[in-house]
Amino acid sequence: MLKIENLHVFYGGIHALKGISMEVPEGKIVTLIGANGAGKSTTLRTIVGLVKPREGKIIYRGEDITGKPSHYIVRKGIALVPEGRKVFVNLTVYENLLMGGYNRPEDDEFRKDLEYVFSLFPRLAERKNQLAGTLSGGEQQMLALGRALMSRPKLMMLDEPSLGLAPKLVEDVFKSIQEIHQNGTTILLIEQNAMAALQIADYGYVLETGRIVLEGTGEELLHNEDVKKAYLGG
Amino acid sequence: MTLSTFIQQLINGFSLGSLYALIAIGYTMVYGIIRLINFAHGDVMMMSTYFAFFGYIIFRIPWYISFPIAMILTAVLGILIDRGAYKPVRNAPRISALITAIGVSFFLENFGIVVFGGRPKGFRIPKLFGHIFEVKGVTVPALSLWIPFFTAIFLVLTFYIVYRTRRGMAMRAISRDMDTTRIMGVDVDGIISFTFALGSFLAAAGGIMWAMKYPQINPLMGIIPGLKAFVAAVFGGIGNVVGAAIGGILLGIIEIMFVAFFPQLAGYRDAVAFFLLIGVLIFKPTGIMGEVLPE
Repeated sequence: MLKIENLHVFYGGIHALKGISMEVPEGKIVTLIGANGAGKSTTLRTIVGLVKPREGKIIYRGEDITGKPSHYIVRKGIALVPEGRKVFVNLTVYENLLMGGYNRPEDDEFRKDLEYVFSLFPRLAERKNQLAGTLSGGEQQMLALGRALMSRPKLMMLDEPSLGLAPKLVEDVFKSIQEIHQNGTTILLIEQNAMAALQIADYGYVLETGRIVLEGTGEELLHNEDVKKAYLGG
Repeated sequence: MTLSTFIQQLINGFSLGSLYALIAIGYTMVYGIIRLINFAHGDVMMMSTYFAFFGYIIFRIPWYISFPIAMILTAVLGILIDRGAYKPVRNAPRISALITAIGVSFFLENFGIVVFGGRPKGFRIPKLFGHIFEVKGVTVPALSLWIPFFTAIFLVLTFYIVYRTRRGMAMRAISRDMDTTRIMGVDVDGIISFTFALGSFLAAAGGIMWAMKYPQINPLMGIIPGLKAFVAAVFGGIGNVVGAAIGGILLGIIEIMFVAFFPQLAGYRDAVAFFLLIGVLIFKPTGIMGEVLPE
């Protein structure tokens, strides 16, 4: 579905990605793990067109989308749930969801998706007309997921969805991600919480200072000695 | 001061304030979404009066056709300025954009002097607006009532666009977080251009009515109204559309009342706005409607 070939990105004068190649097959959950500053977020931001690569190719469903504007890429069916949630705090919960489906008409399909989001996250329905800035961190994460769903993405990319959440909420978020996946959305997940990510992932990549140093199925990586030592706390 | 003079002055202040409000909205909207003080905004307003002048006076097109055309041309000018001057420096440090804005301002002023000539031109008022009413000793030019009337229409239109349409929602989203708005699939550059168009359109509405109120136009006429509208935008809470409207109207009333109550200080009329600006910046930098939103 998504194929990245030899991607080089410079970010504020730093060579952030040094030739990354990876693949996200349709219908799978793929995870990218690594320490802070390894280049995980940069990878996602480059895929979605916010950062332009110096070199390399991004192929999405057979089309070369390298260097295309973000709104074009997003309309093709890629959604990003950004790090730190980034809900629009000055808009209501409902308006945030409308923003997610910005390029869709408000027809029956749209309302169906809205209901789907509200069924996944009933709290959002209760707080529909509240400003998103008044939501708790966990609720904001739900909103960020719901907002991404409103574009009916074929590929959903999540950047550290568990960041700053209490363990109970992290569990909820991961459950939601699996549910979204079961409903037919391909997932590319970035996490510092490598354990949680690898447990639900079909395939994983380990990123270190801009290079992919290891890859394998979620199971393989969970039992890999190096991964254990570096990311799973021994 | 008699009550009738007071009412008369209040109406005058309200109509002057309406014009500040229309111009201030363009400032505040552009600041809201790209954090740029568009110092050329007053000059854009000046250009609108020339567009109207050529249409209405030179080509003798009826006002109800030539004025809307002038407003649309001004909106197009706003888009051209954004695309030509501001978009190339969008990712540069903010000071570059600010200097660019000052450059655009000088350019428009001098373009006006070269092309239209530096000598002021008389602006004829359509008959409809030229009447003068007298009710119970209060003399009111019809224009002083028409101006708030048209302003109200344009304000309602603007608020509707900003708070009730998708584009408006995208504008508000961009004002908080441009990158995240991009990944919602919004063509951010398109929305920014739209904002310039809308702001310039409103400035044109204000400018044309300004030219009817003070029926003489010249290439430097946009400077003072532009600066005062900027003060109004800050007074109302920069970035806030409703605030700009309120700030503009209040500024107009304050200015007129100052002159009415202290006629001996009338020469300081233009200074009132800037004293107000200093006061706002010291005591309430967020302005009347400026709010601190939860993160």
